[in-house]
Amino acid sequence: MPRRLASSLSDEVLEHVFSFIQSDKDRNVVSAVCKSWYEIERWCRRKIFVGNCYAVSPKMVIRRFPQVRSIELKGKPHFADFNLVPDGWGGYVLPWITEMAGAYPWLDEIRLKRMVVTDESLELIAKSFKDFKVLVLASCEGFSTDGLAAIAASCKNLRELDLRESEVDDSSVHWLSHFPETYTSTVSLNISCLGSGEVSFSALERLVSRCPNLRSLKLNRAVPLDKTANILRLAPQLVEFSTCTYSAELRSDVFSNLAGAFSNCKELRSLSGFWDVVPDYLPAIYSVCSRLTSLNLSYATIQSPDLIKLVSHCPSLQRLLVLDYIEDSGLEALASNCKDLQELRVFPSDPFDAEPNASLTEQGLVAVSLGCPKLQSVLYFCRRMSNAALVTIAQNRPNLTRFRLCIIEPNTADYLTGEPFDVGFGAIVEHCKDLIRLSLSGLLTDCVFEYIGKYAKKLEMLSVAFAGDSDLGLHHVLSGCESLRKLEIRDCPFGDKALLTNAAKLETMRSLWMSSCSVSFEACKLLSQKMPRLNVEVIDERGPPDSRPENYTVDKLYIYRSVAGPRFDMPPFVWTKDEDLALRLSP
Amino acid sequence: MVFEKDLNLDATELRLGLPGSSEESIRISNKRALPDMNDDSGVAAAKKCDQETAPPTKAQVVGWPPIRSYRKNSLQTKKTEAETGGMYVKVSMDGAPYLRKIDLKVYKGYPELFKAMEDMFKFKVGKYSEREGYNGSEFVPTYEDKDGDWMLVGDVPWEMFINACKRLRIVRGSEARGLGCVV
Repeated sequence: MPRRLASSLSDEVLEHVFSFIQSDKDRNVVSAVCKSWYEIERWCRRKIFVGNCYAVSPKMVIRRFPQVRSIELKGKPHFADFNLVPDGWGGYVLPWITEMAGAYPWLDEIRLKRMVVTDESLELIAKSFKDFKVLVLASCEGFSTDGLAAIAASCKNLRELDLRESEVDDSSVHWLSHFPETYTSTVSLNISCLGSGEVSFSALERLVSRCPNLRSLKLNRAVPLDKTANILRLAPQLVEFSTCTYSAELRSDVFSNLAGAFSNCKELRSLSGFWDVVPDYLPAIYSVCSRLTSLNLSYATIQSPDLIKLVSHCPSLQRLLVLDYIEDSGLEALASNCKDLQELRVFPSDPFDAEPNASLTEQGLVAVSLGCPKLQSVLYFCRRMSNAALVTIAQNRPNLTRFRLCIIEPNTADYLTGEPFDVGFGAIVEHCKDLIRLSLSGLLTDCVFEYIGKYAKKLEMLSVAFAGDSDLGLHHVLSGCESLRKLEIRDCPFGDKALLTNAAKLETMRSLWMSSCSVSFEACKLLSQKMPRLNVEVIDERGPPDSRPENYTVDKLYIYRSVAGPRFDMPPFVWTKDEDLALRLSP
Repeated sequence: MVFEKDLNLDATELRLGLPGSSEESIRISNKRALPDMNDDSGVAAAKKCDQETAPPTKAQVVGWPPIRSYRKNSLQTKKTEAETGGMYVKVSMDGAPYLRKIDLKVYKGYPELFKAMEDMFKFKVGKYSEREGYNGSEFVPTYEDKDGDWMLVGDVPWEMFINACKRLRIVRGSEARGLGCVV
């Protein structure tokens, strides 16, 4: 058989085999086997994930992967969620859309997180991609209902429009009405972030009634109860639903209408919303509770007794988000009722009050760790903790993969012993060998970082605040945590030494954030010079770091690896080693 | 690679200074924060130093606790909605690790208020007599009035009470002796 024919047959065979390989990691490994596999793979890769939009340029992505159909991009660093990244820092999606508009006419999915998305970008998406299907804008900002109207009007085959937790400006356009009457393809619609003026009920009802494939519907806060019942009756096939405002007094006609509507929804598995919910209406959902796997009550100010009643109706629950009103007693009820629980998030109802207003302590978390054998993911805000509790949790639940504890007051010690939490978190990393995400809080010395460096070999993301004594702490983490991808630190006495000693490590990670630490601008410049494939951004709104005394510490530091070089859209308050003013974003 | 605890960072460090010169490294001892950090952390540092004396008002540290703006805004609107039109006071009990807030306007009189407090904190208010205060209970309800004085709950007519009461505290009976009350 001629060589050429053999190799072209095997190309097709390989491509077919590669089509079964979906994960990015596996695809990357496949493309590294040999040149011909690299070539075949790059032509048939359809999905791209870019964890940091500045790590690579759109042109580079397009050059390597010419036939992409689905792209996911992330912009700002995670701490932007807590207002630590000034406005105007970056994360603009327009340059990406502009390039992809020309190169990927068949692009049908765009997923963005923490990016700045303008109406212009949305209009460009609407115009450029003929078969556009999925738009997810998570924690994005910069657009208005005008942009949404453009999407609604042009994307005839749109299946998914998800605006979770984005900030949308109200331009008073009835954008929902821009979906043509012939449009029937919605599968998932999440508009829970929109304000009251931005959704027309009649347009919504018409849309829901003509979309038979609608599976997930998350409405915004302002849809009243009677409308909720109507919508549910129009879409009894829903799997996920976010409820709306509950009216103040119980009206039995409204109640029975709502209860009836819910009882029709045999496929319903996930409920969220519950803003302003009045406990008297909760029994309206009891008919679906036994099948619920996910419940988000984290906006509901209902108290422990009502929460306990509700939770005891939900034995299939796998995921629960709730406020601290659930209290230890509620978590004990959860532990005995919900044996399938995998994820628990408890948020504080009054985070800025010095005193606790709900009886939620470490006991609740201990109870859940004991009672729920499948518990893997924890986010827990509380005001007191003990090492003993942490050790118990670690021993009970070595299968934990995500553990984020926030003891609200910084530097709080173990309330029983007055000790730091080194031993407690040490137990977590020692026992939970598959831990991939960890957030620390409370009083902590360098010791905890020694434990983390020693044991947390699978840890990918670590968040640290108000902890440690010296550079040794940071050094333990950077030198010990082999799988570390993202490290974010605030208000810790970590400085130049640990950073410079571990410079090479930073290129193996996606990013490092350090704010209110002890890193000097000199060290930043040095690091930048030594490591050309790192972008070292000093974010400082107080003025040029160069003009300050030599041992002056920078306000915020964001270091990330990049093959695209320094970015071209830096605002005036981002300082790098380059003096080139042409790189600055012109006002 | 195994690192000893006494890591010889000096030998391997990269510095801008000439070899042989040593710079004053910033002293970090028992404090968790540096004095020359920006204001946000400076507040936190000041708080740490004052941990023996509780600060009167808590200044907010930027971005802490780590709650997303989306969620914060949701809580804020609820708070302002709830607090207009009600007479909210804090209620605490000695030994209990939490506080409650109640709206005094919701109750029609002392019996209802006591029932609510008993339910919230799982205790019993004793029988009240003008001469002896509360009898037959380990715990006694007290309130802080507009002048900052701590008084026994029940000593004045209800309407006067709800206008004067700034906060409630359920104290152990032994500590209630000698509290101001109308004789």
